[in-house]
Amino acid sequence: MGVEGIGARVVRKEDKRFITGKGRYVDDIKLTGMTHAYFIRSPHAHAKVKGIDSSAALKMPGVVAVLTGKQLVDDKVGNLICGWAITSKDGSPMKMGAWPAMAPETVRFVGQAVAVVIAESKNLARDAAEAVVVDYEELPAVADMQAAIKAGAPQLHPEAPGNQVYDWVIGDEGATDAAFSKAANVVKLDVTNNRLAPNAMEPRAAIADYDAAEEHFTLYTTSQNPHVARLVLSAFYNIAPEHKLRVIAPDVGGGFGSKIFIYPEEMVALWASKKVGRPVKWTGDRTEAFLTDAHGRDHVTHAEMAFDTSNKIIGLKVKTYANFGAYMSLFSSSVPTYLYATLLSGQYNIPAIHAEVIGVYTNTTPVDAYRGAGRPEASYLIERLMETAARQLNVDPAELRRTNFITQFPHQTPVIMAYDTGDFNASLDAAMKAIDYAGFAARKAQAKSQGKLRGIGVSCYIEACGIAPSKAVGSLGAGVGLWESAEVRVNPVGTIEILTGSHSHGQGHETTFCQLVADRLGVPISQVSIVHGDTDKVQFGMGTYGSRSAAVGLTAILKAMEKMESKAKKIAAHALEASEADIVIENGEFKVTGTDKAIALPMVALAAYTAHNLPDGMEPGLKESAFYDPTNFTFPAGAYICELEVDPGTGKTSFINFVAADDFGRLINPMIVEGQVHGGLAQGIGQALLEHAIYDANGQPVTASFMDYAMPRADDLPSFNLSHTTTLCPGNPLGIKGCGEAGAIGASAAVINAITDAIGKNNLEMPATPDRVWRTIHAA
Amino acid sequence: MYQTTYHRASSVDEAASLFAKSSEAKFLAGGQTLLPVMKQRLASPSDVIDLAKIKDMIGVEASGDTLTIKAATPHYDVATSDAAKKAIPALAYLASLIGDPAVRYRGTIGGSIANNDPAADYPAALLALDATVKTNKRSIAASDFFKGLFTTALEDGEIVTAVSFPVPAKAGYSKMPHPASRFALTGVFVAQTKSGEVRVAATGASQNGVMRVSAIEAALKTNWSPAAIDSVSIPASGLLADIHGTAEYRANLVKVMAQRAVAAAG
Repeated sequence: MGVEGIGARVVRKEDKRFITGKGRYVDDIKLTGMTHAYFIRSPHAHAKVKGIDSSAALKMPGVVAVLTGKQLVDDKVGNLICGWAITSKDGSPMKMGAWPAMAPETVRFVGQAVAVVIAESKNLARDAAEAVVVDYEELPAVADMQAAIKAGAPQLHPEAPGNQVYDWVIGDEGATDAAFSKAANVVKLDVTNNRLAPNAMEPRAAIADYDAAEEHFTLYTTSQNPHVARLVLSAFYNIAPEHKLRVIAPDVGGGFGSKIFIYPEEMVALWASKKVGRPVKWTGDRTEAFLTDAHGRDHVTHAEMAFDTSNKIIGLKVKTYANFGAYMSLFSSSVPTYLYATLLSGQYNIPAIHAEVIGVYTNTTPVDAYRGAGRPEASYLIERLMETAARQLNVDPAELRRTNFITQFPHQTPVIMAYDTGDFNASLDAAMKAIDYAGFAARKAQAKSQGKLRGIGVSCYIEACGIAPSKAVGSLGAGVGLWESAEVRVNPVGTIEILTGSHSHGQGHETTFCQLVADRLGVPISQVSIVHGDTDKVQFGMGTYGSRSAAVGLTAILKAMEKMESKAKKIAAHALEASEADIVIENGEFKVTGTDKAIALPMVALAAYTAHNLPDGMEPGLKESAFYDPTNFTFPAGAYICELEVDPGTGKTSFINFVAADDFGRLINPMIVEGQVHGGLAQGIGQALLEHAIYDANGQPVTASFMDYAMPRADDLPSFNLSHTTTLCPGNPLGIKGCGEAGAIGASAAVINAITDAIGKNNLEMPATPDRVWRTIHAA
Repeated sequence: MYQTTYHRASSVDEAASLFAKSSEAKFLAGGQTLLPVMKQRLASPSDVIDLAKIKDMIGVEASGDTLTIKAATPHYDVATSDAAKKAIPALAYLASLIGDPAVRYRGTIGGSIANNDPAADYPAALLALDATVKTNKRSIAASDFFKGLFTTALEDGEIVTAVSFPVPAKAGYSKMPHPASRFALTGVFVAQTKSGEVRVAATGASQNGVMRVSAIEAALKTNWSPAAIDSVSIPASGLLADIHGTAEYRANLVKVMAQRAVAAAG
């Protein structure tokens, strides 16, 4: 415990360097002899590359090389992979077209690279890129998912007829049909989950440095999971074997999922570095981020929910079309399947569920995991359905939810997930109290007298996080295990280094992970440092995504700590001539319980390293490692309620209040947790009100800059009213569930439920822009 | 950005002479449009002549029935100017709504009107207040100055030095910001001159840039009140439409913003 232990609101250690401009991001790194890459990207959504003439560019000042997709293929650099195999309902494997890092023959989305210029500076590379002549033969393109699956639509990949990647099902169709046949009421809803551009603050970047003497590559890259990057680059892309490839992800300015994946640019940089014999740097700009960072969401769904006469849900049918863009990105296949349909039970007892998901290719930027990844889509669908049902059944929306809440745990849903614990009534109670739900009717009437339309919207979300048990994800098609590793090094002077396979790109690991050490040893966090993001320093790790770093990564640290403490206690007992069982650790000291005999941690550490007087047979040193593989996902859940007003004259939404009652299990640093919730809510509200990555019918992006793509700003958001109800996660010793994605998962439905309540019309798509809301109000 | 030669002019005359000597020069004021366009390599001026540090071009002055804003005065200075707030509070308010803080610290009135973006805020004020644009060569009435999208009466090399606004009897501005860019999705400036003329100008609405709204002017001339606009019908034809607002929505906004501007004007 203590002022810096678990549960303490410790100020983030890493912020000093970030807010004083001393962070070290990839673009800050400059290597001797470094060259700069500029990619030549397709302006067409679909075209044949008939030829590339780089002769003029090669004569320009400072140009080192112009490399094309054809050369990449000739050098046998592998195509990009999708790491999660999905099987269609007819038993066939998913159908994928090849994705070369630069297109040798065909481009399939605006922004796809066809060649790269390597030059002495970025500007010279860009100058030369303008002199490269690419001969395109335009092909018909299709950007709209519904258009792409129609007969006669332009075809993207010969491997995927009808532009269909898979047609996947989950649940029991017969049982679901039977439930619907007995239904007293059926509620139907069509929803679109709008496509989002992730927009991490730091654009993606890479520096590749090939050492010809050692035949060794170093890659500095903006990655959420450098070890996974090394694994994929080695195993699938023929870049270099693992021991000849070091991947470093230094300070990374936000990821939100978009930096999980292996992208063409880092592969090309590695390959180009060897080709030109010099380090190659690429830093994307914002336009490239809009065009090439994997987008998120983009579902079109029809759902039906069956109720019995007592308003209990008896069945759920879902059919979803998921847009994958032009290529299957690294984890894309899992997002609308195992990360989406497995959460369709929400917080509710639903005895029968059947869902079908059809994955579709279009001439758009690839779509993959983005904060929440599948779970926001599931939560939005279920919570819009519950609201729709409450309106149709004429019952209070909160009450309808209570009628159907799961209250017994563990609970096996019909769609794989086994919820371990939770108290959904407690979080809904807390949220309703915080927003004075009972007093809403009076406030609505008061607002009406002032010409404003006031609404309230509830969203009760659940997510599966701490992603998670390797055996489980392996059985579902994952190409990797999803454990985490850690190493605890106690230095001879008693300072502590924690090596973790988790990667911090804004989450505050350098603080929270230290708090666990402070909690267990009673040392100040200033004595502890966190080492991450370098495959040469950390043996292995699976990285940070899916709200997994505390539940999985921190537990791995705990396991390593326990091993280290066990050895240290033996050393202390030996030094104090006491029984190991009597040694307790307090305030940085190993004490013999019930006595005043003690030895400080530095002395124990020194004893371990001098090895002058260790117990017989003990190895010197004080360093332990652990791998931790949880037995289940974790299930963070909560209730969000939004109260807002709509201006009928303009359709503009103004927040009155937004309350969030989350159950994240144990909180390590409540201040950091609140920051995570704030950020998630901002993204969820951004999706609900502002953000939409749009393409025209020909696949040209309409929103490729912040002048058109509306990112939420501080004045678009309310002050959040946060609280926590806690059930400890039984699946890990710290009782942690994870908090990184909740806000983005739960917020959108609360907002849309509130707006539709305010305007008295149920059908409203996201983003609920003032124009769209105004037109909905005034629609016949 | 392509190579260019940067000049910091110390006087209007020096700026004009630098311009005359350059092959394809551009004047730089706050740089809120020119610099992003140059960064995207959509503009490649041989020379960039910075006007923003010319002392004679910065400041807000009230004299009698005229408020003069010199061309290189940033929006923030106008928004916080006591003289502006006293003479034409609606104009100071308009300046406080432009873009975001970073834009307001850099962007200038001269740069804004010389660029004449169809969704910029200032053109609505100039047109509604019947302002006069002063250049290094002449004076141009606002109604003669704006010539359609990104087009003005300025001749090649002509420099806006100031804008003078007759102080109105009443004025108000109301704006629905574009959710991404914070330009005006539609903004309406209403003014009643001291001689009783009613002038209403809308920005962000028309495909031809800032426009007078004669139907609303007529209604307000009869009855200066928000309710007077209730019965006015604004046609959607000829209005801008994009992902953030249909033409019908903008037509509605012209009316609603005008009503709110009148309410604000009192």
